[in-house]
Amino acid sequence: MVVGLLLGIPLLLDLAFVWFPALATVLLSFTKWNGVGDLHNKACLPNVPSILNNGCLYGIQNYHQAVTIYPEFWPAVRHNLIWLAVFILFATPLGMLFAVLIDRGIKGSRMYQSILFLPVMLSLALIGIIWEFVYSQNLGLINTVIGRNGNNNAIDWLGNPHLNLWAVLVEATWRQAGYVMVLYLAGLKAVDPTLREAAVVDGANAWQTFWRVIFPVMRPINVVIMVVTVIESLRAFDLVYITNKGINGLELLSVLVTSNIVGETQRVGFGSALGVVLLVISLVPICIFLFQTFRSESREGQS
Amino acid sequence: MSDAGMSPSRRTLLRGLAGVAGISVAGGLVSACSSSGSGSGTPSSGSSTGSSGSSGAVSGTVSFGSNYSDPGVKSAFAALCTAATAATGAQIKINTVDHNTFQTDITAYLQGTPDDLFTWFAGYRMQYFAAQGLAQPIDDVWEKIGGNFNAAAKALSTGLDGHQYLVPLYNYPWVVFYNKSVFTAKGYTVPTTWDQYLTLAKKMKSDGLIPFAFADKDGWPALGTFDILNMRINGYDYHIKLMKHEIPWTDPGVTQVFQHWAELMPYMQTGANGRIWQDAAKTLEQKKAGMMFQGTNQVAAQYVTDKADLADLDFFVFPEINPTYAQDYMDAPTDGFMLSKKAKNTDAAKAILEYIGTGAAEANFLKTDQWDVGLAQGLAAPTYDAIQKKSVTEIGKCKSVAQFMDRDSDPAMANAMIAIIQKFIDDPSTGNIATLQKSAEAQAKSIYTS
Repeated sequence: MVVGLLLGIPLLLDLAFVWFPALATVLLSFTKWNGVGDLHNKACLPNVPSILNNGCLYGIQNYHQAVTIYPEFWPAVRHNLIWLAVFILFATPLGMLFAVLIDRGIKGSRMYQSILFLPVMLSLALIGIIWEFVYSQNLGLINTVIGRNGNNNAIDWLGNPHLNLWAVLVEATWRQAGYVMVLYLAGLKAVDPTLREAAVVDGANAWQTFWRVIFPVMRPINVVIMVVTVIESLRAFDLVYITNKGINGLELLSVLVTSNIVGETQRVGFGSALGVVLLVISLVPICIFLFQTFRSESREGQS
Repeated sequence: MSDAGMSPSRRTLLRGLAGVAGISVAGGLVSACSSSGSGSGTPSSGSSTGSSGSSGAVSGTVSFGSNYSDPGVKSAFAALCTAATAATGAQIKINTVDHNTFQTDITAYLQGTPDDLFTWFAGYRMQYFAAQGLAQPIDDVWEKIGGNFNAAAKALSTGLDGHQYLVPLYNYPWVVFYNKSVFTAKGYTVPTTWDQYLTLAKKMKSDGLIPFAFADKDGWPALGTFDILNMRINGYDYHIKLMKHEIPWTDPGVTQVFQHWAELMPYMQTGANGRIWQDAAKTLEQKKAGMMFQGTNQVAAQYVTDKADLADLDFFVFPEINPTYAQDYMDAPTDGFMLSKKAKNTDAAKAILEYIGTGAAEANFLKTDQWDVGLAQGLAAPTYDAIQKKSVTEIGKCKSVAQFMDRDSDPAMANAMIAIIQKFIDDPSTGNIATLQKSAEAQAKSIYTS
C-alpha cells in the first residue's frame, strides 16, 4: 500500500508533467493553431488566410516548411551540433584538466578552485551581461585593450554572424569548465588513495596512473559528466537569448521553439514541430546512455 | 550522492507545485470577488439607461491591465486613472505587468481572465485580436468621442469589420534627428530630397562624422528604415498591402526599397547588428554622428535619460524620393486602450474610455512626458517642449500614418523580416537582395496563407 503510493505519486507526476506534454507537443505539431479558440479535426483548407484556418489538421506541413523555407532551421541545427562538439571536445576536457591539476595539490589550489567555480554560481543571464562588457564594440574590454574600439576598426564580436557564436561559446565554456571541474574533483577525492600508491609502487608515471588506474575507476562519474555535457549543450538557451534573443548567427533550436510559441501571434503547431525535432535529437544520447546503463547493470547482475 | 542530490530538488518541486496551486486558487478567489463586486455594482442602473453614459452615472470597480511598467509612465498612467475615477465615479484597479511579458502573454491573457480594459497598440496588431473575438467593439464610445479625433485616428482604431475597438492615447513620429549646433557649426542645411540627403551624408563623411548613427541588435529598429523608404518610394497604400501580404515580397517595388537602402549603407554606422539603439543615440549625443533615423520615443527619451542637451536636438521628416508621394506619410506608432471580450463591468469601462478619449485626459497623461504627443485634435498640452510641438505639426501634415512594421503586419512576419533585414545589413549586394526577397515571400506565404 505504502509502496504503491510511493511509486504511484511520482509515476503520476511523471505522466502529467513529462509524458503528457511531450505527447501533446507531438500531436500539436501536426496542426496549424495560433493559440486562440479550439482545435478541431478538420483538415486545413489550401490557400485561405491563416486567420480563417485555425486549429485545423495540417499533416506534416509544419515539418516540411521548417526544413524547406524556414531560413533559421538549418543554421539552428548546425549551431546546436557545434555547441555539442565544443562542449565535448573542449569545455569538458578543460574542466577535467582543472580538476586533475587542483587535485594534485598545487599551491593555492583552493583559490583556483573558488575562482574557477565562481561562474557556475552565477545565473546564465548574469554571465551574458558580464560578457557584454567584455565584448562591446566601442566600450568593451577586449576592443579597448587591443585598440580596436574606433568606429571603423571595431571588431563586432556579438553582432558579426561569423564571430558571435564562437564568442558566446567562450562564455559558455567559461561556465561549463568550472561545472565539470567541481563534479570531477568530487569524483577524484573519492578515489581510494591506496590505488595511487599501488600504481606508484608498480612504477607507473603520473600519466599512466591517471589513464590506466584513476580514469577507469571513475567510470560512474565520467558517465554523469558525459550526460551533463550533452544536456547542457542541447538545452543551451539563456546565453544567446540574453545576447540578442537568438537571431543573426545565434539561432538554436530551443530559441526557435520559444520564438514561435511564446509571443503575440503564436504559431503553436510550427513551434511544436521544432520542439519535436529537438526531442528526437535529444533521444539519441539518452538512448545510448540508457542502453549502456542497462547493459552494465545486467552484466553486474550476472556476475 | 546522486540520490542525496535529487531528493531536495524533488521536494522543492513539490513545494513549487503547491505554490503554483496556491496562487491559482488565490487568483480564482480574487476574480470571483471582483466579478461578484461588479455584478452588484452595476445593477441595471448603467445597462438600463443604455447610452446615457453621463459622468458619475457608473459605479463599481473596473480592472485595468497595464503594460506601462517603466516608473515614469507608470506614475503618469496612475495619474490618468485617478483623473478618470474623479470624472466617472468608477473605481479603477490597475494590474501592471512588465511591458514585454504583457505582449508575449497577450493570447493567453485575453482568453483567460483578462482585465476589463487593457493597454494595446493600433494597427493590424489590434485588428488581429479584434477579428478573433477577443475584444469588444466600442462604437458607442466613439459616437461620443469621435469629434475629438481626426479621420486618421479613427481609422487607426477601426477593426477589419468596420467597428471601433481602440481608444488612442498618444503617438510619436519616426524622423531624422540631428544636433542644431552641429548643423550651424558646419553650415549644413536640412535636406528635402533624396539627392540632397545623399550629398549631405557624403559631406558629413568627409568632415569626419558618421553620417547616420545606426543600430539593429534588437532587430526591430531597422524595420523603421524599411517602412519609410517603402512609403516614400511606393506610397502608403502599397506599404499597407505589402504588410498584409496582398503584394508579394518579390515585387520590383520591394527591390527598389532595398536598392535605395544599399545606397545609404556606406554612410551608416557599421556593425549595426551588434549595437543597441541606445548606444547609437549616444554617438549622436556626443556629436560623433550627424543624423539618426528613429522615433522620438527612443532618441528624445534617451537624451533625457542621459541628461544630454535636449534643447540642441531637432529633427526633420525623411526626405522626398518619389514626387508622387512627396513627404506625405510616416510611421507614427499609436498606443491606446481596448475593452476585452470577457469584461465584467462593461458600462463603467466604457465610461472610462469616454473620459480617456478627450484632450484633457491626454494632456494629463503627458504632463511628465517629453517625447510623445496626444492624438486629440488641436491638443496643445501646456507641457509640450519644442520636439513635441514639432511632432504634432509634422504628424498633422501627413495624409496617412503607418504604425510600424511589427504593428501593421502579422508579428510572425515582422520576426521573419528582422532576420532578413539583418542579413541585408551584413550583405547589401544586389544578388543577396534577390535571395532575401525570395525567402521573405516563401515565409509570408506560410504565415498568411497555406
